[in-house]
Amino acid sequence: MEPSRDDFIIAIRSAFLKKGTQQRFSLIFLLFFSFLLLFLGKYNFNQLNYLRIALNEIVYRSSFIVSIPENLVINSYKKAKDHYFLYRDYDFIKEKLNNLESEKYNIDFLIAENKRLRNTLEEVNYLSDEQIAKVLIDKESPFLRSIIINKGSKNNIQKGMAVLHNNYLVGKVIEVNFTTSRVLLLSDLNSKTPISIEPGDIQAILSGTGKKEATIQYTKDNLSISNGSIVYTSGTGDLYKAGIPIGKIFEKDNKKKVDFFADFDQLRFVKVSNYKKESD
Amino acid sequence: MVTKKKNIFFSLLKLAPLILLYISVLNSFDFNYVKYLSFNFPFILIYYWSLKRIESLGYGYIFIAGLINDVVIGFPIGITSVNYLLICGFAAYLRNITLRPKLVQDWFFFFFTITVVNSFSYIILSSLLFVEVDYVSLFFNTFFTFIFYFIFAHLFRIYQKTIFQEQND
Repeated sequence: MEPSRDDFIIAIRSAFLKKGTQQRFSLIFLLFFSFLLLFLGKYNFNQLNYLRIALNEIVYRSSFIVSIPENLVINSYKKAKDHYFLYRDYDFIKEKLNNLESEKYNIDFLIAENKRLRNTLEEVNYLSDEQIAKVLIDKESPFLRSIIINKGSKNNIQKGMAVLHNNYLVGKVIEVNFTTSRVLLLSDLNSKTPISIEPGDIQAILSGTGKKEATIQYTKDNLSISNGSIVYTSGTGDLYKAGIPIGKIFEKDNKKKVDFFADFDQLRFVKVSNYKKESD
Repeated sequence: MVTKKKNIFFSLLKLAPLILLYISVLNSFDFNYVKYLSFNFPFILIYYWSLKRIESLGYGYIFIAGLINDVVIGFPIGITSVNYLLICGFAAYLRNITLRPKLVQDWFFFFFTITVVNSFSYIILSSLLFVEVDYVSLFFNTFFTFIFYFIFAHLFRIYQKTIFQEQND
């Protein structure tokens, strides 16, 4: 016998309205409540922010504790892998160090010259106020690339602060709680950063893709960006100071992409920087 | 003393689905180590237990698990709870209309459920809350969640038979 329309309605009604044994709430009530939370969140309802901050504080700490076994396994695997490739990496790093040492002298000279010229031109110099933070949660969700750090408003962390790893930009603070903060990584789909590509001083916007590389937006097609060009922050919009290294240009599927210098899977400690203009 | 310890252990075993749900949302367990291979373990857990034995989870706890998941992955508060509760709704509907449950039938209805729920969540996130979500990752996540349901359903069934002495399908 074919199920009638009435059977369908009865089954739906029973599923959503009926409270089962030992159930305190019906599905429809909880669904309504969830939609209410979403609605209040969208319009930045103040009380919900307090709830969110309280939840964040509890959940971030609990999540850190719950993640310990998994992190232990992952770290052990990475350590074992590092040991396995130790000799090969040693040779590679030795050669790289030799090259870098020779370049360093040139760079020292250029820094001194740059500072002198900036003073002559009366350009704004930046003072940085840096703090080291430990990464509490580093969950690579396929949908959102962010990390949680163990510094919050208690440590004068503010929204928009730059987050660096080994002097490379990795993201910015987007949410601040009392003892923790969330950092949106540059690789996140919602991350947009004003950049400058050298050589050529090409201005563009770096856009995360949710993957390990990023794309470049808002450049003219006829601009020639060569592979291996370096991407820096441009300082436009006073989001970050100019000249923080981000990554290197490479080509994939006939499109220019950016390979980040920082390895987002290896973030254990990061530097949170607040750049202030020297005149301030 | 031994009996008391045994009772505590048995009570914990009975609570295993709920404990597993909370661990998986706090840890955002999705086995996301290989490119595109990620699956939504809470979806599998919630669907299975809502279908077979809702007393093991409870809608209130599922709602709270959704809130925790939102906080961990940084989504607007409430969106995961909606997803989880919709899965409960679909599972409850299937439970109401099924006389003789079959794993394959449950499995394909699960695919329909997660497709609807993920599409709904994608639309809400991108058009109402303006959060960009990678559509391709979501597609693969849905596909692998569907595949892994078959494996986990078998494991859950063995657990259910052992702990609750129940016979399902």
